[in-house]
Amino acid sequence: MTLNASITVKRGDEFTLETSIRVEEGKTVALLGPNGAGKSTAVAALAGLLPIDQGRIVLGDRVLDDPDVGVFVPPDERGIGVVFQDYLLFGHLTVAENVAFGLRSQKKERDAADVKTSAWLERLGLSQLANSKARDLSGGQAQKVAVARALIIDPGLLLLDEPMAALDATTRVEVRRDLADHLSRFAGPRLLITHDPTEAFLLADEINVIENGRITQVGSADDVRLRPRTRYVADLAGSNLLTGTALSGAVTVGTHILQVGDTAIGGSVLATIHPRAISVHRRHPEGSPRNVWKTAIVRIEHFGDRVRLQTGDPLPLAVEVTPAAVDALGLKHESEIWLSVKATEIGVEPG
Amino acid sequence: MSREKARHGRSRPPIAFVVLAAIAVVFFLLPLIGLLARTPWSDLVSLLASEVVADALVLSAIASFAAVTISTVVGVPLAWVLARVDFRGRALVRGLVLLPLVLPPVVGGAALLFALGRRGVVGEPLYEATGLVLPFSIWGVVIAVTFVSMPFLVLTVEGALRNVDVRFEGAAGSLGAGGWTVFRRVTLPMIGPSLAAGMVLTWARAIGEFGATVTFAGNLAGETQTLPLAVFVALETNRDTATALSLLMVAISLTVLVLLRDRWLRPQ
Repeated sequence: MTLNASITVKRGDEFTLETSIRVEEGKTVALLGPNGAGKSTAVAALAGLLPIDQGRIVLGDRVLDDPDVGVFVPPDERGIGVVFQDYLLFGHLTVAENVAFGLRSQKKERDAADVKTSAWLERLGLSQLANSKARDLSGGQAQKVAVARALIIDPGLLLLDEPMAALDATTRVEVRRDLADHLSRFAGPRLLITHDPTEAFLLADEINVIENGRITQVGSADDVRLRPRTRYVADLAGSNLLTGTALSGAVTVGTHILQVGDTAIGGSVLATIHPRAISVHRRHPEGSPRNVWKTAIVRIEHFGDRVRLQTGDPLPLAVEVTPAAVDALGLKHESEIWLSVKATEIGVEPG
Repeated sequence: MSREKARHGRSRPPIAFVVLAAIAVVFFLLPLIGLLARTPWSDLVSLLASEVVADALVLSAIASFAAVTISTVVGVPLAWVLARVDFRGRALVRGLVLLPLVLPPVVGGAALLFALGRRGVVGEPLYEATGLVLPFSIWGVVIAVTFVSMPFLVLTVEGALRNVDVRFEGAAGSLGAGGWTVFRRVTLPMIGPSLAAGMVLTWARAIGEFGATVTFAGNLAGETQTLPLAVFVALETNRDTATALSLLMVAISLTVLVLLRDRWLRPQ
């Protein structure tokens, strides 16, 4: 099943959402953008909570919304599983009742629904909480219940609206891993709505950047990160995000080894390097930076008062410098340069 | 102010407030004291055991619970429509619902008579078609008290429905629940406390109804004489009975308040 949506929704005179989203079976697409970009409007349109003004939403071979031919399938007949922002669990119901809600609403046989519900609770490690009221759950538990509630109806599309926004930083890493696991087990198309580039990079196969109601860039995480098409994308998604393995203060990323400040962390990690934390030199730099390597400029782009360089092997990175530096160093496409980064400028977290 | 009090966020109120508040409390307390002072405690049981009292009590119970039932069955959907459906004339309909609250009950009873009386706009064809006469019957009592008390239910429930986060209903819809299921399993539990409060307010207004009842249903002992009407009649004829009946009503009302205090008397 594939989602093919072209959505135009007018909100008053000020705001128009005009966007096309395509998500193929088994793929996760992220709709990445700031608050007010139209992400929630897109969710409402796809879920059927808001009819579109123009366009066409097709899931598999089923037209869900097409104002031109007067088709509008109501939310309860769309078969779209939604994990809502803030989860929207029914606080007065138990965890088991929340998970079973969709099955019970579809008049499924009670015994079969109970069996399926128990299986889901077990899979998520929530069996112990089955009879707790949903309002008493922690953020991480609530998210699991929300995911189970959405997936138990065997939806044709899984829609995740800011699934991490309600979590605190300490639980986010663990919950993100679980979520990645659930996403990979769901066979249909998955659409992740988020304002957090890290989340998009880690969970999505393709990123659609949305700004002011319009898609401004579509591409892989690397495309968006290394070749931002607008200044906004550069700011939003600009930080270099690398996955690697840490051991005693050294993080191996592909063939390259980065020295980092955190010597305690080990195992699979995410390293972040801000593009402005990287220094550019024409010759091997003097002094004490722990990370120094030679590379070449593969792309050079001007964004107003900043210039963004994309560097090549052994570690493709986005680097940001001033136009003055470009002139002084005579930087251009294919220039050979030396990069240096202080160990303490590299952020590391479990990934 | 002691440190201990300050720590608990209790501040000393202005003296003038204490005095004025005390006056208000006394104002509420005095009638109760008057009633208790006049109560013929020794004859209480025999006074309340009379047939007139028993009839009035039964009728009041039937009429007030019927009013709550009817108000809930038609008032909740009305509240839902007022809260959720944007239609022309919504303000007008809401005004119409509020009318019994501000209208003197006697006027309401008279208006019911003009509409549903044997010669009334609707009452006459109804009588000719079915032989049913609404006023001066137990039906009249139920209609009169429902007319006066339903606005409390509609207002309370409409307010609650406006405060419900409709995203929860959207979530239920996305899980495949149709309109009725969403209402029953999500909306209704969310407005539950307010619905209960509205039902209690409706019941309280219904049990105390006097003006519309006496105008539309009359004051026939054993037929349309509710407790308040019985009290009024007894004040003219037998003051001890009136006192005993009043005490009975105070007791009933207090019992309901106490039973429901956790529900809605506690400030949120």
